[in-house]
This record gives sequence, structure tokens and C-alpha cells, in this order.
Amino acid sequence: MLVEQAMTTDVICVTPETPIEEALAITTVNRIRHLPVVKDGELVGIISDRDLRNAMPSCLIEEECEVLKDTPVGSIMKTNVTTAHPLDFVEDAANILYQKRIGCLPVVSCGKVVGIITERDILHTLVEMMGVSSPTSRVEVQVPDRPGMLAEVADILRARQMNAASVMVFPSPTPGQKTIVLRLKTMDPRRFISDVENAGYKVVQPPALG
Amino acid sequence: MNNRVAFIYSESFLNYKFGEEHPFNPKRLQMTVDLIRELRFLRDEQIVQPRHATLEELFRVHDPDFVHAVQHASTLAVDADPSAIGFGLGTEDTPIFPNMHEATSLIVGGTVLAAELVMSGTVDHALNLAGGLHHSRRKEASGFCVYNDIGAAIAYIKDRYNARVLYLDTDAHHGDGVQWMFYDDPDVLTISFHETGKYLYPGTGDIEERGDGRGYGYSLNIPLEPFTEDDSLLASLNSVLPHVFHKFKPDVVISQNGCDAHQYDPLTHLSATTRIYREIPKLVHELAHEVCDGRWVAVGGGGYDIWRVVPRAWTMLWAELSGQKLPDEVPQAWLDRWQSEAPVKLPGKFLDPIDLFPAIPRRAEIEEKNRITVRRAMLGTPFLL
Repeated sequence: MLVEQAMTTDVICVTPETPIEEALAITTVNRIRHLPVVKDGELVGIISDRDLRNAMPSCLIEEECEVLKDTPVGSIMKTNVTTAHPLDFVEDAANILYQKRIGCLPVVSCGKVVGIITERDILHTLVEMMGVSSPTSRVEVQVPDRPGMLAEVADILRARQMNAASVMVFPSPTPGQKTIVLRLKTMDPRRFISDVENAGYKVVQPPALG
Repeated sequence: MNNRVAFIYSESFLNYKFGEEHPFNPKRLQMTVDLIRELRFLRDEQIVQPRHATLEELFRVHDPDFVHAVQHASTLAVDADPSAIGFGLGTEDTPIFPNMHEATSLIVGGTVLAAELVMSGTVDHALNLAGGLHHSRRKEASGFCVYNDIGAAIAYIKDRYNARVLYLDTDAHHGDGVQWMFYDDPDVLTISFHETGKYLYPGTGDIEERGDGRGYGYSLNIPLEPFTEDDSLLASLNSVLPHVFHKFKPDVVISQNGCDAHQYDPLTHLSATTRIYREIPKLVHELAHEVCDGRWVAVGGGGYDIWRVVPRAWTMLWAELSGQKLPDEVPQAWLDRWQSEAPVKLPGKFLDPIDLFPAIPRRAEIEEKNRITVRRAMLGTPFLL
């Protein structure tokens, strides 16, 4: 999946001149954590809700703070922003977020901010990819860790004219084995399960009694 | 309790059939009606013939494109239309069968009629055992359900009577279709008790599914652990329902009475006995009279051990609804009639013996987990505060 399919396109940006107080209000009202900073249509920086809070005086001090009204975000924003391109893969964007320990990537195309992809967008994409949102039965099959196993299980599915909403392959806790997790678009996976067992594989259903 | 009751039934309900090999078998309905008749629990004046739902009634909850796809598929002799797959038709779960639209519309019409009879005050309670097609979605057949009769009945009640509806689903599978149809509606409270979706279809029904927008808090889900037994299931119902009924104050209750939580059921992993099928309708009956002036519409639902579970469970439901006392024994004549067809021994009593199944080894942990689930589900429901 590409970044352009997972990103938020309705991006709220500020300019370097936006006062800190106003930027903070924007993040609070819109329940967002990052604001790209744009000047003449070009991305020049980014500011997070943590940067904004760092600029705040202690919450124990009650008096109004004029400096927040007067100081523009340009003075505290991060520059040299890491960005993504709409045609990047979502998994590469996720890897960058993880490696650089950052929370979002503005998506820039032809010099313009066209979107933003955050940890939350990626988590949502993952949830969708795992097939959680369509009605399914979940079946786990343990197979030997060698070539062709996925095709064997898929053949059994095809023979039953069953459709899978998602398929994931995980390392198994048992050495030499792998776990295939299928979300099947059926309310009655019994025949598939018996086919798989007859083919000699172990099906992990709800944990056995006891 | 004053019990003027209606039993919506026609032999044509048996036409909702996906084929001999399919687990959703209308024979269960035929066997149930036969058992009820054998007990002389059904008088002619209580039987009401269903009618077909109108297109307008279907369009209240279904996308016209989907309804047209079902109509089109109905004219085909076999699964020949690839475009139907996108609507969940022609799959292993909902294969296409001739006159599918007519067969399903009759069930929907039956449940809408049940709602009409109750809301107009013609009867106090009405039962449509063919109904309960709770998985069907706005534009997709799902989980053996083509059209959603419950959704259509709720939409009808709201449209015609502007009434508040409490929908209670005790099928072992989550009542997802009905939940999504009214997810943002604060006048329709959906409550589903089901086996957790960790493994079981449709996978939804987590406690965090609480509704959306103005409807936030008006979807309530109690996902129970696999191998949950009678006591824990009934304790969960008793600690949720009275409180919720009295706080929400619905005008009418619609209960879905799937009976696939039984240990014999081949599709699920709950471990109940028929005791729950006596206790659940009893509780709903009491609460309907306490809170809704008795207005109660009941429908069937899942139940895939058609020999040993469904006929007894649904006969118990009708006995409660119509205020008749069940004998202990299942009539011998009925057993004689059906035993030769059944691949298993038919039980001779309505209530399963207490020691029918060996004790579940992790019973205490399962009960504890269910108690925690109930508490967490209730805590996040604003209108209960």
C-alpha cells in the first residue's frame, strides 16, 4: 500500500508567523499533535504539541503570559523536516517513524504539502490490513517452515470456494514451524479446518479446554 | 401478566434454504412448530400469516443496489452471477437459491408484522422464529443472513411510532448487522451477549464498540469467554439487563433468540445447557412488563444443533411468551416422529441434566474474566450513570 492511500489529506498547517498561543489552540481544538509550518506554499518546518508545551510557562503559574501571544512558532519550530512522498510504501514510512523515533511525516509532492501520515494512520492501516473490520472467522494454522506451505493452505481454501479477508504469516514459538493466521469470510470454518487437519497440519482454534 | 400473543408462521418460511449441506437448516423450524403443536401450545387464533416486506420497508435499512442484486440473483438457478459476490451472495455462507428475494422478504415482512401487532396494541407479544437475521448489512448479505428483518422492524417502529427500541441479542455470534445499522442512533439501544470475536465469526462485538456520535453509549457489548457455562452467562445477563432497561426506558423490546450458545452447537464454543433458554425469555418477559407495558417482539436466530437444541429451546421461548407451563418431558409422540431421522439421540426432557457435561477445568477463571468484562462494559456507558 502507498502512503497516498493511508495519509490524511486535509492537513492543517500554520505559518512561521503564527503565534505560539494560536498554534496550541489549533492542536487542542482539532485534537492533533503536529502542525507543518508552511511559507509561500513550501514546507519550512514542523512543530509538535510537545514543542508548544515546552514553550509554555509552568501550569502552576496562573498569570497571563504575553510572550506566548507575541512569539511566532518560527522561532521554536524544527527545521530539516523528514518527509515522505505519496508514492512511498506505507511500510517504509512506518520504518522511518520507528527508526527516527518521530510521530509523523508531512507528505510532500512537487514542493507542496499534500498530506500527513502519522503513527495513528499507520496503526489504522495495519488494523484494516489484518481484516478486522469485515465479518470473519479467525483460524490459525501451524505449518512447517519450508517453501510452499502458504500455497498448500491456499489450495484448500480454493477447493472450498472460500475467501480470505486477510492472511498473515508469523514465526511460531515452536522451532521449525510457522503460524499462518487467516481471517476467513465464513461463519462456518469447520470443513476448512477438517481439510487442513486431514492434510496433516495443526489448527489452533480457541485454546483447548483446561 | 396479560398475554395476548401472536405466532407469525407460514410453511413458506421453510423456503429460506441454502441447500442440504448448509448448516442453516429450516427443518429446525419445522421440528419446533411440530413440538409446540404436539404440546397443544398453539391455538389457531394465535397464528398470524406473514406478508412480504415491501421494497420501501427493505430500503429503510438496505441499499437499493443490494436489494436489486438479490432480486436478480433470485431468478438464477445456480450461482452464475459474478457481480453478486460483491454483495456477499453466491458465497459458501450465503449461496444463491431460487426465489431468494421472496423467501427472505417474507421473513422480513413477518418480523415487521410482529412489530406492528405489538406496537398497535393488538397483542402484547409476538414471535417470528424464522426471523433473527442479525448479520445482514446495509449492502451485504453475511453469515447466512440475506436481509435484516430486525433492522427493518426497528426502522419501521421508529418511522411509524417514533418509539425508543431496546434490541437484545443473545445469539452466540455478535449481532453486528443490527448494531451497525443503528450505531449513531441514541433511540435504539443494541445489547449483544456473545462469544468473544477472538476466534468466532464475525470477529466484532468488543466492549469498546459503544456507538458513535449522538449514539455513543447506546451500543453495549458483552463478549463472553469461550466455554462460558450457564451460571456465568445468566449472571452476566442479570447484572446488566434490569439496570439497562430501567435507565433506558424503551417503549418496546426486540429480542433475538439464537440458541447456538449450547455446548452441543457445532459452530460456537460456549458451553451452556437448555437452562438458559428457559431463564433468558423469563427475564426479558418480566422486564418488558416492568418497563415497556409488556411490548415484546421476539425472533429466532442461530442454532445449528437442529436435533437436540433448537426445538426444545424455541418451544421454551414460546411457552414463556404465551404464559404456558412446560411439562418436564418432551412428548414421546414427537420423539418417535423425529428420532428415525436424527443422527443423534433426541433428549427426553426439556431441561438438560445438571451433570450432562463434565465440568470446565478453568471455570473459575472464565467466570472472573466475564465479570470483569461486564463491569468494564457498564462503566463506559454514560446513560447508566
